[in-house]
Amino acid sequence: MDFDGTEVQQAVAAAARKFAVERAEPAAAEADRKARFPEELIRELGQLGLLAVNVPAVHGGSEAGAVAYALAVMEVARADCALAVTMAVTNMVGETIARFGTGEQKARCLPRLASGEWLAGSFGLSEPQAGSDPNSMSTRADLRGDRWVLNGTKQWITSGDRAGVVVVWARTDVGAGNRGITAFLVEGGTPGLVVGRHEEKMGIRSSSTVSLTFEDCEVPASAVLGELGHGLRVALSALDGGRIGIASQATGTIRAALDASSRYAQERHAFGKPISGFQAIAFALADMRTAHDAARLMTLRAAALKEAGKPFGQEAAMAKLLASEAAQAAASKAVQINGGYGYIDEFPVERLFRDARVQTIYEGTSEIQRLVIARHVLSRDG
Amino acid sequence: MDIQLTDEQRQVRELCRQFADSELRPNARRWDLDHQFPADAVKKLAEMGLMGVAIPAELGGAGMDNVSYAVAMEEISRGCAGTGVIMSVNNSLYCDPIHKFGTEEQKRDFLVPFARGERLGAFALTEPTSGSDAAEMRTVAVKKGNEYVLNGTKNFITNGPQADVVLVFAVTDRSKGHKGTSAFLVPGSVKGFTRSKADEKVGIRASGSCTLFFEDVVLPERFRLGGEGEGFKVAMQTLDGGRIGIAAQALGIAQAAYEEAVAYAKERKAFGQPITQFQAIQFMLADMATEIEAARLLVWRAAWMKDKGIRHSAESAMAKLYASEMCERVTSKAIQVHGGYGYVKEYDVERHWRDSRITEIYEGTSEIQRLVIAANVLKG
Repeated sequence: MDFDGTEVQQAVAAAARKFAVERAEPAAAEADRKARFPEELIRELGQLGLLAVNVPAVHGGSEAGAVAYALAVMEVARADCALAVTMAVTNMVGETIARFGTGEQKARCLPRLASGEWLAGSFGLSEPQAGSDPNSMSTRADLRGDRWVLNGTKQWITSGDRAGVVVVWARTDVGAGNRGITAFLVEGGTPGLVVGRHEEKMGIRSSSTVSLTFEDCEVPASAVLGELGHGLRVALSALDGGRIGIASQATGTIRAALDASSRYAQERHAFGKPISGFQAIAFALADMRTAHDAARLMTLRAAALKEAGKPFGQEAAMAKLLASEAAQAAASKAVQINGGYGYIDEFPVERLFRDARVQTIYEGTSEIQRLVIARHVLSRDG
Repeated sequence: MDIQLTDEQRQVRELCRQFADSELRPNARRWDLDHQFPADAVKKLAEMGLMGVAIPAELGGAGMDNVSYAVAMEEISRGCAGTGVIMSVNNSLYCDPIHKFGTEEQKRDFLVPFARGERLGAFALTEPTSGSDAAEMRTVAVKKGNEYVLNGTKNFITNGPQADVVLVFAVTDRSKGHKGTSAFLVPGSVKGFTRSKADEKVGIRASGSCTLFFEDVVLPERFRLGGEGEGFKVAMQTLDGGRIGIAAQALGIAQAAYEEAVAYAKERKAFGQPITQFQAIQFMLADMATEIEAARLLVWRAAWMKDKGIRHSAESAMAKLYASEMCERVTSKAIQVHGGYGYVKEYDVERHWRDSRITEIYEGTSEIQRLVIAANVLKG
């Protein structure tokens, strides 16, 4: 047992922390207000090795493991949740290609994703009418000669307009249900890949969210990621890891809520003393800290299991559920502690409150996490 | 980072789980109903080395680490929470401070037989009008020559009715505030030491607690644990460890309730299917499992820090706060899953719910844990 982390893990966390404090945090409020995609910061993340933390070094990644990745996302999210999600999705795409890709796919995509040459990778699973239930997806890919032709629409695609590569899931065998879904790598700018409208979001506004429409979008046979008909396996594997990413983001959010609240509570006076001297406030800080530590431990445990090559699906779902629900509660409590200042954009907590809200929704809603957990525990315990 | 039990810690868990299943679970309901101290089970705990888990073997203990202790506490409490607290008090609140602050002579006389489980210890800080605030303490020990004369009353003392020796805290110099209290080892046989009848409690009824009275009890100086004026330090450092024990106890109670809820939900049918098919039940079980895991990691982390010799006051407080409040939520949901059967003594979940309630109170209430954690947050 070891809760400290290795030197590599600590070094990655420290580098992410330094970047977060010096570069991300000062820019976060303005980026949110203007919903401005932070190109420059993403390139810096690439230089720091934080866009492919858990990707082999031979492909340009940092090869620092899943725990280091979780720690890095926590630190970046503590400064800017939106930047953290952009970073997390690119990492997830990189890991997915590293795991399922051919040598050629890896050589083409991974160095570009890792360095920030491609500003982002995207993950195209959700559709307007199919979110947590991928079996109901309607995007299809038809073989014409030796090329696949994609048609359909994907929704809620993080960085979809900026991505050098999008992992897209489509039906390759309409009659085969689950087993008829295949994953494809579609590079940005491919003819027939049409970027739809930019969503105006309540939070994580400096991350870009678009719909992508595929209109007779042709890709070569070599664009298939993993095996034909085994796309769901690719998706589920990516989502298990993706949940660690969002759990990390949520943990960073709780930390940010605690930072902002304890700072304000010590500066703000009422009835002749700092409000941190009142138990109503102090106890809320104690609860936030406890929730933070619980979320952090759950997240790091899931990451450590993943890194050790052990099953971690249930643990990742638990971490995601607990951390995202706690982040929402902590952000709301932070608004309360900051009073009127919590409600205006001069202070960071209203942004946290908006940013936290999506965390119980994306990468599987809380309801989906509970389904996943219940399925695990009912098949095992009792 | 490696957040898993070692092979040795896993073996401890397995051993304790088997013992709990065979010796504790079948009897816990009866001990609870009869308010009966489980003397035979405590004897067997002693044989397994569980009355001095983290005390070195040469001092009568099992020589294991504090993570093993936490794991053992969870498993024993899963079988019987009352037995769990008997074990916790002897380990955390009695043996641990003597190991840490005792002289060689004190370790020989007051630790070895207790770590072996041949004798039972107790810890007496709380008074009728002073719980978490030691400054309100009324019990006094006045020095006369080479002796102290102890006068006062302690209450809610777990293991009080059975204890062979009690670690008692008393004011030795009121003008010095916290630095004016000292700790004393008080054998049950000394003149002037009497006990009330056992308390009637809501839960953990297999363990006994009572009020202790000290009337002109004369103690030689060598019965003082730690230096004069070090009582508060002894108490606080002891409670940092004790809170890990109670957090682990809460974890065990919650785990028992959760397992019973899963088993019941699989058997019980409604509207033509097992109730596990309904999301309302599934989601309750998912939340219970998630919160139990979070508590477990907080407990393991605090115990691991204790093993590493890292200051762990805030982490123990977080483990205790989260685990105890989680335990009340989980045991309450377990009753809900059981419906009417959860409300009758034919099933164990009503006992788990009653047992859970004390974990938010003793060894520092949830409010005290929040004070400790908030102080740590505000310190930076």
